[in-house]
Amino acid sequence: MATVTLAKALNEGLRQAMETDSKVLIMGEDVGKLGGVFRVTDGLQKDFGEDRVIDTPLAESGIVGTAIGLAIRGYRPVCEIQFDGFVYPAYDQIVSQLAKMHYRSKGSVKLPVVIRIPFGGGIGAVEHHSESPEAYFAHTAGLRVVACSNPVDAYFMIQQAITCDDPVIFFEPKRRYWEKADLDPAVAPGPLFASRVVRPGAHATVVAYGPMVRVAMDAATAAEDDGHSIEVIDLRTLSPLDMAPVYDSVRRTGHLVVVHEAPVNVGLGAEIAARVTEECFYSLQAPVLRVGGFDTPYPPSRLEEDYLPDLDRVLDAVERSLRL
Amino acid sequence: MSGSDPVPAGDPALRAAVDDFAYPPADAPAADAQLVQLLTPEGERVDYPGYSVDLTDDEYRALYRDLVLVRRIDVEATALQRQGELGIWASLLGQEAAQVGSGRALRPNDMAFPTYREHGVAWCRDVDPLTLLGLYRGVSNGGWDPADKNFHLYAIVIGSQTLHATGYAMGIQKDGTDDAVIAYFGDGASSQGDVNEAFVFAAVYNAPVVFFCQNNQWAISEPLERQTRIPLYQRSRGFGFPGVRVDGNDVLATLAVTRKALDDARSGQGPTLVEAYTYRMGAHTTSDDPTRYRLASELEAWKLKDPIERMKSFLYKNRLGGPDFFGQVEAEADELAAYVRKGCLEMADPEPLVAFDHVYAEEHPLVAAERAAYADYLESFADALPLDALPLDAPPLGAESAH
Repeated sequence: MATVTLAKALNEGLRQAMETDSKVLIMGEDVGKLGGVFRVTDGLQKDFGEDRVIDTPLAESGIVGTAIGLAIRGYRPVCEIQFDGFVYPAYDQIVSQLAKMHYRSKGSVKLPVVIRIPFGGGIGAVEHHSESPEAYFAHTAGLRVVACSNPVDAYFMIQQAITCDDPVIFFEPKRRYWEKADLDPAVAPGPLFASRVVRPGAHATVVAYGPMVRVAMDAATAAEDDGHSIEVIDLRTLSPLDMAPVYDSVRRTGHLVVVHEAPVNVGLGAEIAARVTEECFYSLQAPVLRVGGFDTPYPPSRLEEDYLPDLDRVLDAVERSLRL
Repeated sequence: MSGSDPVPAGDPALRAAVDDFAYPPADAPAADAQLVQLLTPEGERVDYPGYSVDLTDDEYRALYRDLVLVRRIDVEATALQRQGELGIWASLLGQEAAQVGSGRALRPNDMAFPTYREHGVAWCRDVDPLTLLGLYRGVSNGGWDPADKNFHLYAIVIGSQTLHATGYAMGIQKDGTDDAVIAYFGDGASSQGDVNEAFVFAAVYNAPVVFFCQNNQWAISEPLERQTRIPLYQRSRGFGFPGVRVDGNDVLATLAVTRKALDDARSGQGPTLVEAYTYRMGAHTTSDDPTRYRLASELEAWKLKDPIERMKSFLYKNRLGGPDFFGQVEAEADELAAYVRKGCLEMADPEPLVAFDHVYAEEHPLVAAERAAYADYLESFADALPLDALPLDAPPLGAESAH
């Protein structure tokens, strides 16, 4: 048992995956000597060599496109996109190539490529460094999309994503990179594509993922003072969605609030609200509410505390739901 | 026109700059040209320094046979589209030599990454033409196993495959084998970011990949000078690897140039850009109308450089083929066309639920649920009277209850 940061947990998970399977490669900008701008790949090139930890030219489409070629040749590349806002040059390679090759080849070409993307705001960064583009990818058939929220999940989920035979877009909550937890690598992890109740409650359900899980947990703690018992679900997987724990929770609480940093309009929250309405209509005591970023570009960082859902905005939504 | 006005495509001076040569005048020594040519349009065998082919009589004849059969597949597919049996077809007419020459330069373990027009390369890789037709008929999105013949799926987003080819070549380096990769693309795709990124990656990693650009002069309606201000083969210089322009209507030169580029790649000398200078004699696809943007005289000029005619002249002149041989190839082409036609007509539409197959390698609950729901929906019609079972003079359904 060791106490590790989320970044270190990912580093350990990557190391484990590379030791287990010699076909696992790491590719990206500054992932080698520098160890990545967040140090997630720190030390890996030193231990596994430049042949397996590859500093690439600064071209995101090139990174993903060549990763596809390497996967066709039998490798399992893990690509690092340095920041969320830099993934768009690779959008065609991800959405038209990576996502569709298995389908187009009637199952003969498997592309076990993992694309790691540090996402979300809260670190005072300049523009294009704080975005939450997960809905673009969750909307695309052929991709799997997950988001880790804590060090223990980060350690196991990255390894599970690498062993998955489908392409996985792996979102990392960049403002939680330095949060710590006790990690016991010997514990058997649950399945990758599963949501999880991380705090039981009786009065309302709050669903979150990635960096917002911490916010939801803090909101639930604060709500205790008002006598509200909030159940928090860490979604973990965005494609496929694992809705069973959400349905089960909503059937008990009758109230649902979905929280994400991404803009609310046509976001994951909209899909979750629609599905809960389809499956739990008669259990709902109030409309499903969503708390998210504004439908604006990500604002200058001095305004990001207004943009990002925080404890108060989550509680505000919970209270509005409970009043209905 | 002010000095800052863009030069319009079609400007003769601009055109001359990207051509770098015209086809050399008949009296010029071929070696002076920037174009590698081993067979003139008249079918004369010529030398070019650094490139040669030494083929047996049978091998010369086999190349001719390839050219004829490939064109015949193409003609038949075009006819099938016109008759409504294919949704669309991208004709390779005029590009047979570029494709057969490069395709025959490959070793079995080499990997080819084609665009949607590489029917001739597919032929050389022993891919059943009906597999290709399935894509254009709309019964599959390709659907073949690339590892089967080392011929990857057709790429329709132009240029995307050059990165896959480069990544695959990087994998070859890691595996330590002497295989090589060929990436096909066109003059239009040369403008794509992906192609330029592929050049960068291939160059800096010294990847064993040959970039084979068929410059067929037209990207749908846009002429070459709308893509480039220098000859395309010179593009590689800025990326740090060699480029060569070959007469793409000369199957012998294309074979020689591609073979050398592949050998260089497999011996650790990195990538080469081959610009196969050719001409798209047909429309971009069966949906296109080239009379809207190019002159008939241009096509007439290129017909004089036809890849099949020059090979036929060569065989005749060197007594490598006579009426018997040519007749035999024609008969084989007829047979192949009949096979293609019959196979196409017999190609059944897939069952509706096939749409849900292979979206993911591992089960995905959303796809599984949608498949099950759609199966139930289809099943709900099982008891309904089939429409074609109704007598022709029957009143419309529901007419009685409306009274």
